Amino acid sequence: MKWDEFFVTGEPLIYMADAAIVLTIIGIVFVLTYFKKWKWLWKEWLTTVDHKKIGIMYIISAVLMLFRGGVDALLMRAQLTVPNNTFLDSQHYNEIFTTHGTIMILFMAMPFIFGLMNIAVPLQIGARDVAFPYLNALSFWTFFFGALLFNISFVIGGSPDAGWTAYMPLAGNELSPGPGQNYYLLGLQISGIGSLISGINFIVTILKMRAPGMTLMRMPMFTWSTLITSILVVFAFPVLTVALALMTLDRIFGTHFFTLSGEGMPMHWANLFWIWGHPEVYIAILPAFGVFSEVVSTFARKRLFGYTAMVWSMVAISVLSMLVWVHHFFTMGSGAPVNAFFSVSTMAIAIPTGVKIFNWLFTLYKGRIKLTSAMLWSLAFIPTFVIGGVTGVMLSMAAADYQYHNTYFLVAHFHNTLICGTVFAVFAALHYWYPKMFGVILNEKLGKITFWFFMLGFNVCFLPQYVLGFMGMPRRIYTYPADAGWTELNVISTIGAVMMGIGFIFLCINIVYTYFKGERDLTGDPWDGRTLEWSISSPAPHYNFAVTPEVKGLDAWWLMKKERKEGKAEEPEYKPIHMPSNSGRPFIMSVFLFIAGFGLVFEWMSVAIIGLIGIIICMILRSFEYDDGYHVPVEEIQQTEARRE
Amino acid sequence: MAEMAQKHANVPLEYSTKQNQLNILGFWIFLGAEFALFATLFATYLVLVPRTAGGPGPEELYELKTVLIETFLLLTSSFTCGLAVYEMRRGKKTGMIGWLIVTILLGAGFLYFEIEEFILYAVHEGATMQTSAFLSSFFTLVGTHGIHVTIGIFWIIFIILQVLKRGLNADTARKVFISSLYWHFLDVIWIFLFTLVYLTGMVS
Repeated sequence: MKWDEFFVTGEPLIYMADAAIVLTIIGIVFVLTYFKKWKWLWKEWLTTVDHKKIGIMYIISAVLMLFRGGVDALLMRAQLTVPNNTFLDSQHYNEIFTTHGTIMILFMAMPFIFGLMNIAVPLQIGARDVAFPYLNALSFWTFFFGALLFNISFVIGGSPDAGWTAYMPLAGNELSPGPGQNYYLLGLQISGIGSLISGINFIVTILKMRAPGMTLMRMPMFTWSTLITSILVVFAFPVLTVALALMTLDRIFGTHFFTLSGEGMPMHWANLFWIWGHPEVYIAILPAFGVFSEVVSTFARKRLFGYTAMVWSMVAISVLSMLVWVHHFFTMGSGAPVNAFFSVSTMAIAIPTGVKIFNWLFTLYKGRIKLTSAMLWSLAFIPTFVIGGVTGVMLSMAAADYQYHNTYFLVAHFHNTLICGTVFAVFAALHYWYPKMFGVILNEKLGKITFWFFMLGFNVCFLPQYVLGFMGMPRRIYTYPADAGWTELNVISTIGAVMMGIGFIFLCINIVYTYFKGERDLTGDPWDGRTLEWSISSPAPHYNFAVTPEVKGLDAWWLMKKERKEGKAEEPEYKPIHMPSNSGRPFIMSVFLFIAGFGLVFEWMSVAIIGLIGIIICMILRSFEYDDGYHVPVEEIQQTEARRE
Repeated sequence: MAEMAQKHANVPLEYSTKQNQLNILGFWIFLGAEFALFATLFATYLVLVPRTAGGPGPEELYELKTVLIETFLLLTSSFTCGLAVYEMRRGKKTGMIGWLIVTILLGAGFLYFEIEEFILYAVHEGATMQTSAFLSSFFTLVGTHGIHVTIGIFWIIFIILQVLKRGLNADTARKVFISSLYWHFLDVIWIFLFTLVYLTGMVS
């Protein structure tokens, strides 16, 4: 392989990206060296097993990926604004929509949600950490290096270009030669390990580490959504693992699972992909529901309406989500009975979702509503998500789907659910939990500017796409003729996309502004919250709770505050707290995974084997390691707790 | 208080600490994920089994004798693994290690016959992973189980070394117990392999 095959060449955009990457790396190295921060980086972040720091790293990575995916989106919109555009060629356009989809779902939405779970769940249930802190670090680093592997594809070797669904035989060796598709397979495989581990970790944490008195039906709604999501992760991700492994075998070792030769079965890939893929979209949306439940009830200053119904509707959604995957390819021709079943099961999801929508509305009813940024995102979510849901029911009718299939109607539908559900939720959650993460409150004014640009931009961008879909514009086309009559709506759509981009810039400005001038949260409870994470100082101390709280009902902290007003609170008695030790091994092991993955991408087996040996050695070292952690002394706890007002 | 002590005395060593309980539950959930993984591979095999692409089919390849020996070895190893945990619960370190070694040897025997079977198919009968969709799925499904057995053997060896070094305590007992769960799980998967792959393949 020559150098000009190894590096992607011939595109001015790529050369600009190359330069930007080199400059960024030099900049980071310079800053770390100049301020002598290497040791700090290693000791405080790269080796940490603290769930709050891991959560922060997840969210930083997710925001970076949101930027990358967003730039992809803007490039696509730029290309489609006017007919017969030559800004991007068809190959480049294919690569961009592939990486946009993959990054936004797997490297933006998922890590953002895992980050929020990491930060909020142990604090909400009154736990010292997650059940397996070491594995938690491993989860993060496998995600990180999986994402890194996927992301370097556009400058080294070439990006995948078969869509984020990677349908066979298009994604096979014959039609997608070269390393691009391998990047997709290995990047997802490596980060998938992290997702599975996180799923197991959160199930055990939630089932076994709740504070005394917190029964399952007294758990905060975000914790409930995390539990259900984690169960979905544990049973859905192995399917993806297998599907990716089989396609890797097809591409690298010449097997015939999904190929046209050797009597392979391309549609089997579509089935496996969506058996994972449909639960996956609920893995992205259920935690969002949890966030909205927390935010709505906090800022309406009311108990969540219909708590039990909320829980059971999430359970129902998670069960149904496993039974709807064929609706992604009604046109495959499975026959009327099969399509009818999946049509009905898909429609059925609207019922529990509707229950949840009404519960949020009834929580708002007669509440004393505070219009904070977090609340604005939640309020906007309700009507916009309903549009996404209703168009989903339209798509679920198999007969009608033959018309909508692969048009912009579908594109508008799933952006309407994923952006208004997941993205609005993570923005709301970022505002809501920011004080708990950093001890400062995100600027409300900038937050509201972000909200209005992004929310209005979203509607300007995607509502026209429904109409474009009805007018017959197919998805994944890189240009269209002038006489198709799609130009005006595409121009409007692009304007909306730019507005969303401006909203994102304001979010970044807000983060920088807050870092330097943000209002400090000295109370630990800036929103007059209801759940346990607000009972401790901001940012949360590294041991979380000085004394394990005792839970007496739903909205535990709300009840405690009431009791305190009545003067029933007692002086706490501190005891030494047991904490896990930091470890650099998750990081190192993930580097080896990256090396192994990189070797397989280019089919350099010696590199892959070196990586594999490294992984095995790390695992053996871990097996022989006996580290019981350390104890936080009482004096330190007293000092930390005394600093709080 | 006396009742508490009584209760505590009945808790096996591997469950005696909070972290151990978490680890064991976590491993059970991991096994749940492993079931989903194998279920996907089984589904793939069952979908692709008629697709032989002119190559040899199941009835031409599978031989009852090898499969029976493999089954016998693996099922016995699961029993001896159970005996090892039984010895561990009685606090008998040497007995436990002895039965674990027997387990490993039986597992290695199983692997020997499986590899021999694979070589027979691939080298002598020209039935490789690349021949047809059926053989791709066959080798992947059975091979994934075989890789799991291999990992299990090395894992148990490392645990035996740790027990020799540190004796039987809550940590090592947990490790032995979890690896035994893993070993029994491989046995359960083999039952499905034996029936759904081999027996069904030879009957049809």
